[in-house]
Amino acid sequence: MADIKKETPDESEDNPAGRRLDPELVSAAGIAVFDHSQPLKLGSGASLAPYQIAYQTYGTLNKARSNVVLVCHALTGDQHVATTHPVTGKDGWWPRMVGPGCPIDTDRFFVICSNVIGGCMGTTGPESIHPETGLPYGLNFPVITIGDMVKAQVNLIDQLGIADLFCVIGGSMGGMQALQWASSYPERVFSAIPIATAARHSSQNIAFNEVGRQAIMADRDWHSGNYQRVNARPNKGLAVARMAAHITYLSEKALQRKFGRNLQDRDQITYGFEADFQIESYLRHQGFTFVDRFDANSYLYITRAMDYFDLEDDFDSVLSNAFKDTKTRFCIVSFTSDWLFPTSEARHIVHALNAASANVSFVEIDSDKGHDAFLLDEPEMFSTLRGFLNSAAQARGLSADKAGSFA
Amino acid sequence: MIKSKNSPDAKRSDLLLIANMVTPGSRVLDVGCGDGALLEMLSQERQVDSRGMEISQSGVNACVARGLSAIQGDADIDLKTYPDKAFDYVILSQTIQATRNPKHVLEELLRIGQRVIVSFPNFGYWRVRLALGIGGHMPMTNALTQPWYVTPNIHFCTVSDFLNLCDEMNVHIEKAYALSRTDRIYPFGRPVLFANLLAEEAIFLLSQ
Repeated sequence: MADIKKETPDESEDNPAGRRLDPELVSAAGIAVFDHSQPLKLGSGASLAPYQIAYQTYGTLNKARSNVVLVCHALTGDQHVATTHPVTGKDGWWPRMVGPGCPIDTDRFFVICSNVIGGCMGTTGPESIHPETGLPYGLNFPVITIGDMVKAQVNLIDQLGIADLFCVIGGSMGGMQALQWASSYPERVFSAIPIATAARHSSQNIAFNEVGRQAIMADRDWHSGNYQRVNARPNKGLAVARMAAHITYLSEKALQRKFGRNLQDRDQITYGFEADFQIESYLRHQGFTFVDRFDANSYLYITRAMDYFDLEDDFDSVLSNAFKDTKTRFCIVSFTSDWLFPTSEARHIVHALNAASANVSFVEIDSDKGHDAFLLDEPEMFSTLRGFLNSAAQARGLSADKAGSFA
Repeated sequence: MIKSKNSPDAKRSDLLLIANMVTPGSRVLDVGCGDGALLEMLSQERQVDSRGMEISQSGVNACVARGLSAIQGDADIDLKTYPDKAFDYVILSQTIQATRNPKHVLEELLRIGQRVIVSFPNFGYWRVRLALGIGGHMPMTNALTQPWYVTPNIHFCTVSDFLNLCDEMNVHIEKAYALSRTDRIYPFGRPVLFANLLAEEAIFLLSQ
């Protein structure tokens, strides 16, 4: 198998992900289509049909189809976990985690990463055209849940002819999906790695999401969600939403270390409202680059899905019941400086898994990089996950990694 | 002061004895699993479904990096999260003397495990008595390797003390072993006069 990192963006567009699949397995090339006969029944009671799921795969599916790793992306992620992003031209969002020789080793595992339902990178979402009206869905798109995202992924792997997953892994909202998978489809999940996540979205996190949504809806270019029809984009609102959210992904210490009170391209403050400080300039940059690759309505819908996530509530307020009799092996990961999904949330999940007598490991990684640490170079996260995955692979009867060792 | 010899060897025979007490293929929780030496021995040589709990995050991360199931947790607090009889064996190796409430911890171990294996340094060991009684120093032995100002051990007991606690709690002692300074293993029964004097370390298999 070719080193996927050597691919040029053009190649990956000309040869969509499907080419890596067993030719007998897949005819769809990175887009799985579900017609009116296969509606997605949503948690709200509504249903969605037709719909499509855009996905990328990496590595080779083994004969037993037992080496599948599903990577679930976070709020603003997408299927380009290890391929160049078609809009930004940047590397995949998890380059040190997924790739040849990485903990999720594409030389050993067959990795699938799909854009969530409600997303804006090829999967059906509010930006898509409503088949009945011929217009973009906008706010006519049904509200979706984390459970709906997972149902769509189940339909995807069914269509790919994959019975079960060796591992489902994700950080933040991706971790919510990993938990939902393990809870709803325990017999199809051999191991699960929820990282920097929670079994339910906290009040504080709902509050931050609401600030973001209000920023979008306050933008006059939002047009009650119908901005596509008038060829507008609520870029200012979406950028502010991203700026506010971005602060929650970092830590006070990391901000201080990286920016302090440093001034941006100037020797003294200007007594005005330009971006005097580097941190302001940095946040503005984060906001304005984000709008090029993300749809504002998708942001509304996906943040809402996170807000509604409460696995505990689905099981009479007893989280351990969500994992009753589970055989899935879990590795829960948190970061010391993550205040969006603090270690207490991870510990809550671990205690529930203990109560369910589940096979669970729990590592807290010492890092000052805040919530975003899961996307960054955290050697201890990589070494512990490598150990967990090797051990799980051995239990699953998969071959050893390149080093030839499960140690 | 008594010099400690190479302690990893002493630890090794302790772990081997514990591993041999465990029925192959059973479900085991090692409370205070450190960096996973016993867990690894158990999974490799006894094919057990093993889990570890360890108070230090660096120990936990080391366990997981070597492919073992482990979580960060405090024996005094986190044992309550496990259901009754979740494990065939719960092991507390060289840890009970470091807990805040040893009696409560022992109750919890007996609740979540069918059987409980406890090992601890015997404070009735003659060299310990000599160090304190004659030398006037807090003892340092093969089993007590750290000076008083470093050690996490806060609840020392003798073999005799431990048996008294077991009697008080109506705990059944299935097996008892004394480990000598030369790593010899001696099974012992009541009366414990000699074991209390000669065991540097004691290991018990308990049930309710």
